[in-house]
Amino acid sequence: MIPMEHYLIVSTLMFFIGIYGFITRKNMIAMLISLELVINAVDINFIVFNRYLFPGQLEGMFFTLFSIAITAAETTVALAIIINVYRKIGNVNVGNINKMKN
Amino acid sequence: MDFSNFLYMKQEVSLMIVFIFLFLYDVFCSEKGKQRFQLVACTLFAIHTIFGFLPHILDAIFGIKYNLGIGILGCFSFPTGDAFGGMFISSDMTIFMKNILNIATLLVLLQTNNWLKADDTVHKRGEFFIITMVTLLGMYLMVSAGNFMMLFIGMETAALPLACLAAFDKYKEKSAEAGAKFILISALSSGVTLFGMSFLYGATGTMYFSDMTAQIMSNPMVIIGFIFFFAGLGFKLSLVPFHLWTADVYEGAPTSVTAYLSVVSKGAAAFALIFAIYKVFGNIGIVWHHIIWFLAVITITLGNLFAIRQKDIKRFFAFSSISQAGYILLGIIAGTAQGMTAMTYFVLVYVFSNLAAFGVISAVENKNGGDTRISAFNGLYKSNPKLSLVMMLAVFSLAGIPPLAGFFSKFWIFMAAFAQGQHVLVFIALLNTVISLYYYLLIIKAMFINESEEGAVQRFTTDGYNKTSLVLCVIGIFAIGILSCIYAYIGTLSFGVIR
Repeated sequence: MIPMEHYLIVSTLMFFIGIYGFITRKNMIAMLISLELVINAVDINFIVFNRYLFPGQLEGMFFTLFSIAITAAETTVALAIIINVYRKIGNVNVGNINKMKN
Repeated sequence: MDFSNFLYMKQEVSLMIVFIFLFLYDVFCSEKGKQRFQLVACTLFAIHTIFGFLPHILDAIFGIKYNLGIGILGCFSFPTGDAFGGMFISSDMTIFMKNILNIATLLVLLQTNNWLKADDTVHKRGEFFIITMVTLLGMYLMVSAGNFMMLFIGMETAALPLACLAAFDKYKEKSAEAGAKFILISALSSGVTLFGMSFLYGATGTMYFSDMTAQIMSNPMVIIGFIFFFAGLGFKLSLVPFHLWTADVYEGAPTSVTAYLSVVSKGAAAFALIFAIYKVFGNIGIVWHHIIWFLAVITITLGNLFAIRQKDIKRFFAFSSISQAGYILLGIIAGTAQGMTAMTYFVLVYVFSNLAAFGVISAVENKNGGDTRISAFNGLYKSNPKLSLVMMLAVFSLAGIPPLAGFFSKFWIFMAAFAQGQHVLVFIALLNTVISLYYYLLIIKAMFINESEEGAVQRFTTDGYNKTSLVLCVIGIFAIGILSCIYAYIGTLSFGVIR
């Protein structure tokens, strides 16, 4: 069986790639995709901990199911708001939502 | 399934009844009836608020923990304990905290009338109330959570509709910007929180607060989990390294939503944080102690320093609310029942002071076409003496001038931290109160001394709803400080929670 650490290394890498993408991407859709990486890294973590450390219970699996559903809702709301931004300024570049900075 | 568990959730059930009724009313009511929507919604919510206060009123009349037993009267007593296998915890303290959130929401709802009556929002007035109540339900779940999954669901139920509310003025570019910034940051923060929770789960093998407490030791996995978890809640509470969204979202969102964000959302996050820290991380006090100490200092200081240079009044109150969140941390760092009492009392006072200020802002803003620069308030005393008086009381209470409630709330929170030997921290916080007095006085100066600009608001009368909310706020600002029984009562509640 593959040791647990290998999964954790993958999930940690995914988490920080997601954070990096969130910070560096200029397109809001790409930022959402980066966030998806973050959440999926967490889901891997939960499942791995559950499977390897506490195989007798299902709490981690349940948490993963809940987090998938809630993340889907989150993405929906975010996309709706991004569409609204697109209608207002004509693109989805975060650099252009700077009206309040000046 | 045993439905008696729902008896522990009376406030949630009552909120759901209000919610469903308003939903049906909004869908099926005639155009004529819709004109009375504000009245119906505010009345129903006021009844819900009073219903939540019943156990406290009964306590006051019949002595602590009066139980009405079963039968008709039994509807009005609130059982306490764990429901749904420990997922949901109802205690006297959570009931009181939810009541604070109720009062704040009621005051915000009263202030929305003028804004929602405008042509481009009137057709979605029902939506505003319904979405607000969904966020409130999420905050109830956050406060009552006994399990990290429940806490997470509550946080998301609160955050997602709040993003919709921030983007509610869909024809305004600023509002869309605020919504986009809020949803992206809150999604990131929930991802970070989840990452922390996954490590806590890996280290302890359970998600229940009560089971986790015994397993928490200061090993690296728990510490990583705690830090990510705390960072996620720090975003919601807008503590300083995580505060960057606050000013933009507060400025762009509609004023009533800003008021809701700054008071209700922040209050709920503070309550959830204090329960999580006290119940779960009590064993590793040595770890979070230093983190919170440092965060409290930079939150209060940076919040104050940035507030000084703001030109827009909503941005100004955003930074003022950041520094107030720093004071909330002082109550948390104490780690005692006294600290919890002081923090709850602080939030209660903050609700009234901040909402009085936002009530005045939204009244003025509705008259001058959405101008929220501080200079728009120049000479307000000449044109509207009563409104400027309310604003003066509000900022004096926020700054902590003695006869007002804000002084007492700061006093108790400093006392709680000082009693645990946090002398340096309390000294830094005291210095910051002096700095904060300077920038709060800038608003007073604009209203009372500066000459009014061209095109400033003329004399006007606000509508009855806003007037009611402002009067309630002023009563709160005076009464809560002077009636010492309130602080003593919160004290009796919080001693049940910790040890």
